[in-house]
Amino acid sequence: MTASRLTTGGSAIDRSRPIRFNFDGTTVQGFAGDTIASALLANDVAVVGRSFKYHRPRGIWGAGVEEPNALVDVGGPQATPNTRATTEPARDGLVAKSVNATPNALADRNAFLDRFSRFIPAAFYYKTFMWPDWHMFEPRIRAMAGLGKVDTDWTSPGTADQINHHCDVLVVGAGPAGLAAARMAAGAGLSVTLVDDQRNPGGSLGHRAGEIDGKPAAVWIEETVAELAAGGHLILPSTTAFGIYDHNLVGLNQRHLDRRRDTLWRVRPRQIVLATGAIERPLPFANNDLPGILSADAALAYLRRHAVLVGRRIVVATNNDSAYEVASALAEAGADVTLVDIRRDGTPDTPAKVRLVKGRALAAANGKLRVGGVTLDDGTRLDADCVLVSGGCTPTIHLFGQAKGKLTWSEARAAFLPGDPVDGISVAGAAAGAVSLSEVFAGSEKAVASLGQTKAAVPRSTGPEATGGMAAAWPLPGSKGRIWIDYQNDVTVKDIELAARENFVSVEHLKRYTTLGMATDQGKTSNLPGLALMAGITGRTVPEVGTTTYRPPFTPVPLASFAGARVGELMAPVRRLPLENVHRSSGAVFQEYGGWLRPAHYGGRDADAERAIQDEALRARKSVALFDGSTLGKIEVIGPKAAEFVDFLYYNTMSTLKPGRCRYGFMLSENGVVFDDGVLVRLDEHRFVVSCSSSHVTAVHARLEEWRQDRFGRDAVYIHNATSEMATLTVSGPNARKLLEAVGLGLSLDDAALPHMTVGHGSYAGNEVRVTRVSFTGDRSYEISIRADRAEPLWAQLRQAGQAFEAVLIGLEALMILRAEKGFIVIGKDTDGTTLPHDLGSEGPRTKRQTEYVGRRSLFTEEASRNNRMQLVGLTVPQGEAPLPTGAHGIKRENGKLHSQGFVTSSYQSPTLGRPIALGLIERGATRHGETIEIQHLGKVRKAMIAAPCAFDPAGDRLNA
Amino acid sequence: MTRRYSALSLFKEGLAGQTGWKQAWRSPEPKPAYDAIVIGGGGHGLATAYYLARNHGIARVAVLEKGWIGGGNTGRNTTVVRSNYYYPESVELYGLAHRLYEGLSKDLNYNVMLSQRGMVNLCHSTAEMEVGARTVNAMQINGIDAELFSPEDVRRVAPIYNFSPDARFPVFGGIWQGRAGTARHDAVAWGYARAASRLGVDIIQNCEITDFVIEGGRCRGVQTTRGTIRADRIGMAVAGHSSVLAAKAGFRLPINSYALQACVSEPVKPILDTVVLSPGTGVYVSQSDKGEIVIGGGLDRIPSYAQRGNLPTLETVIAGLLEMFPIFGQLKLMRQWAGIVDVVPDSSPIIGPSPLPNLFLNCGWGTGGFKAIPAGGTLLANLLATGKHNDISRPFDLDRFATGRLIDEAAGSGIAH
Amino acid sequence: MQLFPCPFCGPRDETEFHYGGDAGNARPDGADVPIDRWAGYLYLRGNPKGSAHEIWVHMTCGEFFVMERDTVTHKVLSSAALGGEHAA
Repeated sequence: MTASRLTTGGSAIDRSRPIRFNFDGTTVQGFAGDTIASALLANDVAVVGRSFKYHRPRGIWGAGVEEPNALVDVGGPQATPNTRATTEPARDGLVAKSVNATPNALADRNAFLDRFSRFIPAAFYYKTFMWPDWHMFEPRIRAMAGLGKVDTDWTSPGTADQINHHCDVLVVGAGPAGLAAARMAAGAGLSVTLVDDQRNPGGSLGHRAGEIDGKPAAVWIEETVAELAAGGHLILPSTTAFGIYDHNLVGLNQRHLDRRRDTLWRVRPRQIVLATGAIERPLPFANNDLPGILSADAALAYLRRHAVLVGRRIVVATNNDSAYEVASALAEAGADVTLVDIRRDGTPDTPAKVRLVKGRALAAANGKLRVGGVTLDDGTRLDADCVLVSGGCTPTIHLFGQAKGKLTWSEARAAFLPGDPVDGISVAGAAAGAVSLSEVFAGSEKAVASLGQTKAAVPRSTGPEATGGMAAAWPLPGSKGRIWIDYQNDVTVKDIELAARENFVSVEHLKRYTTLGMATDQGKTSNLPGLALMAGITGRTVPEVGTTTYRPPFTPVPLASFAGARVGELMAPVRRLPLENVHRSSGAVFQEYGGWLRPAHYGGRDADAERAIQDEALRARKSVALFDGSTLGKIEVIGPKAAEFVDFLYYNTMSTLKPGRCRYGFMLSENGVVFDDGVLVRLDEHRFVVSCSSSHVTAVHARLEEWRQDRFGRDAVYIHNATSEMATLTVSGPNARKLLEAVGLGLSLDDAALPHMTVGHGSYAGNEVRVTRVSFTGDRSYEISIRADRAEPLWAQLRQAGQAFEAVLIGLEALMILRAEKGFIVIGKDTDGTTLPHDLGSEGPRTKRQTEYVGRRSLFTEEASRNNRMQLVGLTVPQGEAPLPTGAHGIKRENGKLHSQGFVTSSYQSPTLGRPIALGLIERGATRHGETIEIQHLGKVRKAMIAAPCAFDPAGDRLNA
Repeated sequence: MTRRYSALSLFKEGLAGQTGWKQAWRSPEPKPAYDAIVIGGGGHGLATAYYLARNHGIARVAVLEKGWIGGGNTGRNTTVVRSNYYYPESVELYGLAHRLYEGLSKDLNYNVMLSQRGMVNLCHSTAEMEVGARTVNAMQINGIDAELFSPEDVRRVAPIYNFSPDARFPVFGGIWQGRAGTARHDAVAWGYARAASRLGVDIIQNCEITDFVIEGGRCRGVQTTRGTIRADRIGMAVAGHSSVLAAKAGFRLPINSYALQACVSEPVKPILDTVVLSPGTGVYVSQSDKGEIVIGGGLDRIPSYAQRGNLPTLETVIAGLLEMFPIFGQLKLMRQWAGIVDVVPDSSPIIGPSPLPNLFLNCGWGTGGFKAIPAGGTLLANLLATGKHNDISRPFDLDRFATGRLIDEAAGSGIAH
Repeated sequence: MQLFPCPFCGPRDETEFHYGGDAGNARPDGADVPIDRWAGYLYLRGNPKGSAHEIWVHMTCGEFFVMERDTVTHKVLSSAALGGEHAA
């Protein structure tokens, strides 16, 4: 027994609430307030995992977010692989498993890899496995990948909350610097949000000595927090600020002690105060990665917060003053403590009950699965069951770096400190290099000084002050033994020397070549020692080597936090018809088309679907069909320049259209490509309705607005998108007129009064209706537009009146057949992103129009004038054959090589014609009617004959039948 | 000369403490003049230099890199290698790259870890399946190993996809390329650098172009932060910053620069063995040999030169990922970053002479330049050596924006790069 | 998340905006515009690194406007409604 729980003390634990959990199959006992790590330590569990590459045993290193070693897979509904044991609260009944260890951390069967480490140094894989082929080796190497395991039986316990938050001042870190800054900002009348990644506020004051304004630190913390809370300020414990994004938006990861998923906060503060503290660095010596070697500061935290004494016979190795308090406290707690300080002079007073060895450093740690002692650089061997190291502090300036803050090198602190200030961000406390509480508070005062006069007094440190004496102790080139820099990724001094030898001397090359700092801890303890070593090897200073880019997140954040409620339909909402429920009760089978959820057909699921569709199409031609065309775009263009406007927007001249009439036309993009097609309705001199494709409504509207504002002016044209205000119900077929007459819409349906391609106005049940005689089926058709919320009775009436005519409800699939029989195109299906209007047989405006329109110049490029363009055609197959597959290509052979000469864009069995029909885009197709070509689909070749696109009623007699 | 890489040399070095390795590439001082200068020490630039030396015997070449080699998009992409393109011109280009990738490790004597574990582009509707068929047929006609996958096929290669009947993006099938996969991006840059350096190419890092030397209307060299360097053949391969150099040379390009983000999860044991792309979510994903789930998505739709990711796009991408793979809801985001990409109206690269004589372009790769590195290098090297296009590079000349003969893969196949 | 100042609505999240191209890219009219000029209008972009003068649309109010911003630091320098003339 070495590490143990003391019988008294522990500010964070509640001894009245014992808990038990499972780690690697054994039961661990702890108290509420423990982290997994503190409980494991209290139970003297030394080996908690294995390193990534060499499967070296790994013990707990720290007590916070910097932890490189102690990762566990937490099971159950809250399953998260690679959870940091040092920050994860221990919960009763929790099941945790060590990572990268089979079957467990103590007895990992891949531990043998460490014996071959000399043959597999950094980046060895680039130098081998090439012969005979990497594919022979990769599967086995890949099988070794990763640390934790994904639980494949896991189901989501629900979505994660996301909160948007505004405040005047966001203080990151509730240590002394943050608390003081928050209090002073609050005193200036500002709204303050204070976040801290620990469960309890106080930061280093939670385990370091301090007296403020004459009170013990704990009292001052409590009072300050109470004052902030009473003032209505927001305090978020267990919350990590993980990223500063553009315009100083801060992302927070808030963890909950209950079973809720982590919450993502997006905070938009006026001012950010970074009081993020500092992280203790390891010291370089051989085997410095053994379990039982901990951060000295962490050991003090475990002692004072969790009443865990990390060892009985402890060696504390340091290069700075901060470890003296640790040594003293551990000795007071009953441990046998030897303090080894690399400095000869200028050291603080030797603490009571502590053996001090000056001017010596550790050369090596001894032991296999856990540390058993150390060898000093003079060869002295000391027994120890625990080794604590303090290599100085690295200010936590990640967020400042993310915000593109420049760093300056401090030789005195042997660390990078925040340099020139960034707009809206100030840095205080240990993150800014402060050591003593007096320095800390002075920094806090400065950090909030620009925010206005504060009523709160600057706190005063009234106790003994921490001192910042230190002598840098960077890893040195040529050191003996295996000295770890990055514990998780197994990067040693030799690896960095190798990188330097091979010219990977840029800090980013160093990182990528050796994987230094690329593990889940993102190098919080390893980056600075690594680049200091590189500086030493290459004869540069540390700032000359520079740092890698600081990238979010500061600590790993659950993916679910970023997704939030955007799950399923909330991730990508579909657009819905006003009459959706009516269609559902009619047995409609819905599918998504261009973002709209629409009836594909009515009745007939799966295998019966095709029969239902064929039946709908056939019956539509026989008598009359009802179709919900509400998705059709209805964009109104109004104003004195409306006619000029639509002329410019359309390929076809539209200003010659008479009021009350409709015209079909194309809209082009400026590159000449057909962007949309549809019918333009002219209601009166200055008022048009643009009917555009369902899936293009938003884009067409945006385009109209753009040209309106850019070229015509706000007072000349007004645009209103009425698409979703109006439902459009289509009645099509030989009996369409009779049906409508039976319903009665208050307007004459006489062909003289309302011929094809005209618009009429009537009413239904007191509501205005607009009746447009346009046809997408080739049959006599009426499109009736009515206020969306009044459409249901009209639809019911149409259906009722339709009974006399055996009217059929048709879905989009049947409509697609009907329009394809007529050779009517669907943009984006029968065209692609290269199709020009003349490819579709519309040559007139291109050759004749004299006025300007969108895309005009692009119709006269070399490419547009090419004589072998793909053109719209019909394709027919021999009697008795199945329809051509949509997506099949026309092929030709030139010089023994296969080439595509176009493809099938639409293909159906036509129930009316009793044979397959198809449309396609085929090279020079318009001039090749009657020619038979080969059509290839998934390697199989068939024959088809090129024909005119229209296969049914080419004379158009049925429009008026 | 640098020691040859092999299992044997690694073993011998193991016995000797790995101390015998030499620099992977030399870092000489720049000379005042070269036969050719390649601006940009990313994959394309380094490959250009390598092929200039290897294919054309022109080794008095300098690669000028403003930062560290491979530090641009070469080191920031999601490492996908594929050649499943629609138009014959694209197939020629990316097919060349793919074939060269397949032999690259041996060619360079550097294991770039090409992992051909296949890639599936999902189809989420009947309409997408029809376009999928059109695409697969085009690829098969053009000689690319494409297959049209059924939902069962997709389930076989990506069993952890969300096949639930109420999935927002159900699987109707997919487009499969078995030869597609991933490669180790940094290794591609380093491998080319090492091989080029061995052939005599000077790789000059921390050398930023401040201006072009223009004499008699022709480009005669460059002014750099490390002095003036002259050459009569200059190629630029500076993805993301092409417009900046073009402005210095006095012309504009049909390019906007955008940030493209990527991110990785914490490393986990193998769970996803192929590359999966969903057009519904715009997300593509694979798992690296280190175990990280590598996630890519759409562009940050704000022109930018800031190499950092933003929150809104990240949230959209991750929401899409979890829609595809709900069990990744237990994972954590470990690192996010961004690269600046050249976005061209037709999403195809620009390779060829520039408006400034003697200056040649390799740019406009959009989000997909990594997969084309060997071809981009081969073609720019050919242009620098001969001053002329070959059949593969000709269609990608800048003049296509005037002739209108764009090669718009998105328009042709409906599949984004 | 960037904040863009819509001249009509005030500062709003970047997700409400859509980029509309270079400001001052005037459209040449006519079927006989020299092709290089047309291609220039259609495709060539300044794409500056640093200060950029751009057209944006605030999708929630539908208004196009001119914004000056830095493409490296993302600092917004100014925004203004379109004048009566073409976007300039």
